[in-house]
Amino acid sequence: MSGYLPVAEDFGSRLSFDRGEPGRRAVDVPSWNGAASPLLDAHLLRDSLRLPEMSQGELVRYYTALSTRNYGIDSGTYPLGSCTMKLNPKVNDLIASLPGFADAHPLAREEDMQGTLRSLLELRDGLAEITGLPAVSLAPAAGAQGEFAGVLMITAALEDRGELQQRRRVLVPDSAHGTNPATAAMAGFQVTQIPTADDGSLDRATIERELDETVAGVMVTVPNTLGLWERGIEEVAELIHDAGAYLYADGANLNAIMGRVRYGDLGFDVAHLNLHKSFSTPHGGGGPGAGPVCCSEELAPYLPTPILERCDDGVVRLAAPERSIGKVQQFHGNVGVLLRAYAYMRALGLEGLRAVSGQAVLNANYLRALLHGHYELPYDRPVLHEVVFSGSRQRREHGVRTYDIAKRLIDHGFHPPTVYFPLIVEEALMIEPTETEPPEAIEALAAALIAIAQESAADPDALHAAPTTAPVGRLDETNAARRPVLRWQPPESSALSG
Amino acid sequence: MSSPHPYIPATDADRALMLERIGAAKLDDLFDDLPDSLRDPEIALPPALTEPELIALLSERAADNAAPSRPSFLGAGAYRRSVPSVVSHLISRSEFVTAYTPYQPEISQGTLQSGFEFQSVVCELTGMDVANVGLYDVASATAEACLMAARATKRGAVAVLEPIHPGTVDVVRTYGRGPGLRIDSIASPDAVGEGHACLVVQQPDFLGAILDLEPFAEAAHDVGTLLVTVADPFALGLLRAPGDAGADIVTGEGRDLAGATAFGGPSLGLFAARSQFLRQMPGRIVGRTREVAGREGREPRTGYVLTLQAREQFIRRERATSNISTAQALIGLAFTIAVQALGPQGLRASAELCYQRAHDTARRVAAIPGFDVPERGPWFQEFLVRGPLPAQRLAGELSARGITPGLDVSHRAEPETADALLCSVTEATPDSHVDALINALTEIGAQA
Repeated sequence: MSGYLPVAEDFGSRLSFDRGEPGRRAVDVPSWNGAASPLLDAHLLRDSLRLPEMSQGELVRYYTALSTRNYGIDSGTYPLGSCTMKLNPKVNDLIASLPGFADAHPLAREEDMQGTLRSLLELRDGLAEITGLPAVSLAPAAGAQGEFAGVLMITAALEDRGELQQRRRVLVPDSAHGTNPATAAMAGFQVTQIPTADDGSLDRATIERELDETVAGVMVTVPNTLGLWERGIEEVAELIHDAGAYLYADGANLNAIMGRVRYGDLGFDVAHLNLHKSFSTPHGGGGPGAGPVCCSEELAPYLPTPILERCDDGVVRLAAPERSIGKVQQFHGNVGVLLRAYAYMRALGLEGLRAVSGQAVLNANYLRALLHGHYELPYDRPVLHEVVFSGSRQRREHGVRTYDIAKRLIDHGFHPPTVYFPLIVEEALMIEPTETEPPEAIEALAAALIAIAQESAADPDALHAAPTTAPVGRLDETNAARRPVLRWQPPESSALSG
Repeated sequence: MSSPHPYIPATDADRALMLERIGAAKLDDLFDDLPDSLRDPEIALPPALTEPELIALLSERAADNAAPSRPSFLGAGAYRRSVPSVVSHLISRSEFVTAYTPYQPEISQGTLQSGFEFQSVVCELTGMDVANVGLYDVASATAEACLMAARATKRGAVAVLEPIHPGTVDVVRTYGRGPGLRIDSIASPDAVGEGHACLVVQQPDFLGAILDLEPFAEAAHDVGTLLVTVADPFALGLLRAPGDAGADIVTGEGRDLAGATAFGGPSLGLFAARSQFLRQMPGRIVGRTREVAGREGREPRTGYVLTLQAREQFIRRERATSNISTAQALIGLAFTIAVQALGPQGLRASAELCYQRAHDTARRVAAIPGFDVPERGPWFQEFLVRGPLPAQRLAGELSARGITPGLDVSHRAEPETADALLCSVTEATPDSHVDALINALTEIGAQA
């Protein structure tokens, strides 16, 4: 692929620690010219610190070269299912970096922080409108932390009802993100898995059978990870409430339904959102994100601290809900990310957000139509924001795995889709184009996948050898886990084993 | 025939062709699975803004915050730092900014190799064997450390040594709700017992004092308890590595050295441990490996991958070591570049400059009639200021003079915090701000 800066050497073999020379530095530190205080006793001081010594130019070139060995949404189509890799509008970065926002101290007086707090309050109000859940805490730093807060809120509510001792189970579909069962376990619950029915929705009979006085809650992703609407979820919500349990929405796939249907109206009690997905904030190679938790009036007293309050004097303040589960962050969450999300919401407005969900769904269905017949489609019905194909035919007939298809797609200039998830689809290819890809890009992606399907019959070895154009070829992940090398060591010493 | 928004490229004509190909009459038909009675509800959102309007609105909002150039002596967990200018430049490269978690290593070597650099830097600073690529913030990292210690020792309580940041303890308490961890606040290491999975100490402590960690490690290890040290990574440019003093797990906050205080976040939780805990650790870990096969007769090249993933939620599900997925990778990159730009001498010099400037300021404050700075042993960048007025009034007087005061800690239990403000001075505090503080306190002292 043409975008990567070619480097002749084995670039990964030399870290910053192996570059530069003793005595070089990228920046100078001012000297202290005032009265000198005696430094600390020797036993409190460090005697050495091994860090690279690079000039500014070397440092800049090293990290610039590293950046060219990466693929981002700005590089090209990034159809990673369930991750909503859409355009990250640049104006949002500019806004978050304005000194008034960026240099604010977290313990500054609230009266001195009204620019930030008012913006966050309006974001909160917008999220409450969009989800139909009236109470919101913006504190969680990412989706998984929002989930954790949401499930703990259920714990706290059950405790107040005197039912926590008996309600020890959380029901989670077998198509769920791994964070759902992991979160339920972290919050102290046992997980019961609910199978998916043939139409791709939750198996209603199993839910009805499992729902009893030992169930604390049910965690459901809407739309689900097959990209499908969870049919009858509003009726399931009633069953769950009749059984005395709570219904949790994993909002990872909100992009499909923004402005069209709301978690609160469907009967969900609590939901988390992923603003680094649906609200376009950059993912940064693994964060920072933001995972606000939104809930019903009933659960509002348990929200994590802080929440926002407009006081009688018109000042927006941070507050602790009456029966809060407590804090999840030392301060107030990833505020810089929240400001970007606020800017995104203001740039779109309601009509814009409806256009987002509409186009996201149209794009996924367009891709589904273009690829129909070329790959197996285990749940063959119209989709919402993403479509899950299976490479099972290619595997069966040509010995080509989804893993190979994904690697070959790199040679065509695309980031591969999510693979081997959801777990219920054999050789899964989970593709989410998002609304920010033009039809030409979707057609090009489909053409590449069709070419690969043809190649899997004609020349399967080419697929096994892919990628050939990336900065490195396939990497030995087995050896990486078996003999872990997890940090730089000076050349003379042996590598650390775990 | 136009597109609905600059962020959405498809035009009306494009949509018509796409719908035809799908076999749908109109866009709304794609949502027919949604329950009719609940579709397209009334939603009140403010009207859309164009980019110039958006910039104008949010520039006004940013200006509504107190000017960041105003003298400030607030610390208490967030500090103004001198961040090398290369940091914001390099982390703005969109290949870093707009990538997802590196699930496809062949085209994610930038993120992965940087993650390996980060783990290496954190290990060097903390004196630990292994580090992950970062958690949300110092408080959640410390909470994860407590959960890990509880798993490793099979004990159900943790001891937290005061003075420690109250926000850290709050988050430990929240995370402890799952397994039902008991949190014991203690004032002396003598109170650590066999029921404690770990002893958590903050270095420097919440009121600024530097601890000799070794006695804490001994007291903890004597009863089979792990030592968790919550360390300021900037101070570690100067201070003995916690690992050398016996710590088993080290956490920390990397945000300030990486860039902006940003009203607290994006933050960056550091997490490092001794190697025996590797398979118990939360979060992503990058490992070094080689290509499966060399190309065109070459030796296989070096590369980096996410590794030891059998600990993680997407594989282990309810048996994972943590539910964490997205963390704070870009802030980790900024942290790595900042530390490496300063280098070993620069980080040390910067920490010493911070120390000297803070001590000089404290000396000048203590010399003002009516003011004193209580002695708490060796300290780094924060000190208590007591004056002739109650802390709240003193803070008010400083605010009225355009100075953001230190944190009012007069409600705390320690005797020396009575009527005290916790003030922070760092390497990035301009001399003119210190002079403004001294003048203001002198004036307040004269009027009292």
